[in-house]
Amino acid sequence: MRMTFVSKFLGLTALLLSMTATAKEGPEASGNSPEDTKAEIKEFIAHHLQDSHDFDLYAYKNEAGEEVHVGFPLPVILWDEGLKVFSSSRLHHGESVAEAGGNYYTLYHNKIYRTDAAGELTFDEHHHPVNVKPLDLSITKSVLMMLVTGLLLFWIFSSLAKSYAKNGAVPKGIGRFFEPIVLYIRDDIAIANIGEKKYKRYMPFLLTIFFFVWFLNMFGLTPLGVNVTGNIAVTSALAVLVFLLTNLTGTKDYWKHIFDPLGDGMPWAGKIIIYIILVPIEILGMFIKPFALLIRLYANMTAGHVVMMSLIGLIFIFKSWVGGPLSFGLSFAISVIEVLVALLQAYIFTMLAALYFGFASEEHHHEHDHEEEAELMHS
Amino acid sequence: MEKLINEFSVGLFFWQIILFTLLLLLLRKFAWKPILNAINEREEGIKNALAAAEEAKKEMQNVTADSEKLLQEARSEREVMLKEAREIREKMIADAKSQAQVEGEKMIAQAKQSIEGEKKAAIADIKNQVASLSVEIAEKVLQNQLDNKDKQLKLVDQLVSDIKLR
Repeated sequence: MRMTFVSKFLGLTALLLSMTATAKEGPEASGNSPEDTKAEIKEFIAHHLQDSHDFDLYAYKNEAGEEVHVGFPLPVILWDEGLKVFSSSRLHHGESVAEAGGNYYTLYHNKIYRTDAAGELTFDEHHHPVNVKPLDLSITKSVLMMLVTGLLLFWIFSSLAKSYAKNGAVPKGIGRFFEPIVLYIRDDIAIANIGEKKYKRYMPFLLTIFFFVWFLNMFGLTPLGVNVTGNIAVTSALAVLVFLLTNLTGTKDYWKHIFDPLGDGMPWAGKIIIYIILVPIEILGMFIKPFALLIRLYANMTAGHVVMMSLIGLIFIFKSWVGGPLSFGLSFAISVIEVLVALLQAYIFTMLAALYFGFASEEHHHEHDHEEEAELMHS
Repeated sequence: MEKLINEFSVGLFFWQIILFTLLLLLLRKFAWKPILNAINEREEGIKNALAAAEEAKKEMQNVTADSEKLLQEARSEREVMLKEAREIREKMIADAKSQAQVEGEKMIAQAKQSIEGEKKAAIADIKNQVASLSVEIAEKVLQNQLDNKDKQLKLVDQLVSDIKLR
């Protein structure tokens, strides 16, 4: 019964969709074919996923057919034979050439290239520009959001710290919401994975990374449309920090685990044969662990954004009374899930970082470490 | 993969490292350390308070047990004291009784003695008085009977006849 109802419903929906689609075809066929819309949405999503030199709130085409961007420009900082700083408004979203310190720059696919005064770009056979790319240290949209998030975090938690000092260690207001999370990270992430003895050293990092990633994930869900944690450079930076912290705080046991995992269990002659395979795997593991971190966060957040925006885009493809609410409902459901994913990914990142710190600060060999790690890696 | 590498922005990477490290250091100093210390202190405080309460409870129990014991002791002591008092009272009564008896006997004996003495003195007195009275009577009788010569001679005869020579 249920199946037939669902199939009937879907059939009806498809019918309505096709009807309205053909109905729309008539008057608006001139400029906005469904293929154009699809391509536009695809480009819009791709554009959204990337970092930007301007903070665009929205863009539209005016009556003359020109694209108008509403938002504010951000500073562009280049290192190209000296420091070049200018406002991104001078690049006009890649439509004009900015002159700074005798050099000319233009924007192409969100990257800044040095050009001549006319803004000519030369391309190779793969359609990549061959112009010089100056070192771009601009305060982009993502950098701005990181700054905002950092300030927000600092404001929230320093005021929480102050309220502790004032109220005799009893949290007040928003601290009542954040304190259990801090306690959870301490008890169930740090102490559980690193151990009672050494967890204190890693607590600031774990807390900072958890709230930083969580807040940025949540900001990604706002209509501001910032995709900071879905940017490979951001997640790489975080993973590099985890890698550095893991290996710089590694104990003798940790290094022994990598370079001499069998210990005294076997005579040296036997060990050599095994170690030819084992030690490279262990060394590779050192890099794979943070690499998995960076890919996981990047892929989850990017995928979430793609799904959400595609579903929202469907509204503009269907343009009907049925398709619209349907994709609206779906995108609403997905955004609710995304709120959960935002928290979950922050949790997993922190959890795995704590696990790696746990390996790094281990004092004795634990036979089951690898199994636990494998389980968590697949989760 | 190529797209990923192409997407990688060195500037963003640079800023992320710098900003995150800065945030980490700032938060560690101004937020995490005070927060964690405060939480730790609070937890220690709670643990100590609980331990103290437990201790107090135990002490309370001890105190109750002690007071119970004291009460018991006091009760038994009272019991003992009462018993002693009763004994003392009885003893005192018995003592008093026996003393009174002794005293009484002594007094009775004294009384008897003095009565005896008085009696003896009275008897002696009576004897003396009887003697003097009888002498007086005898005198008077003699004076009366011996008024004439015949009677005197008769008496002398009588007396002389009474005297029997042995």
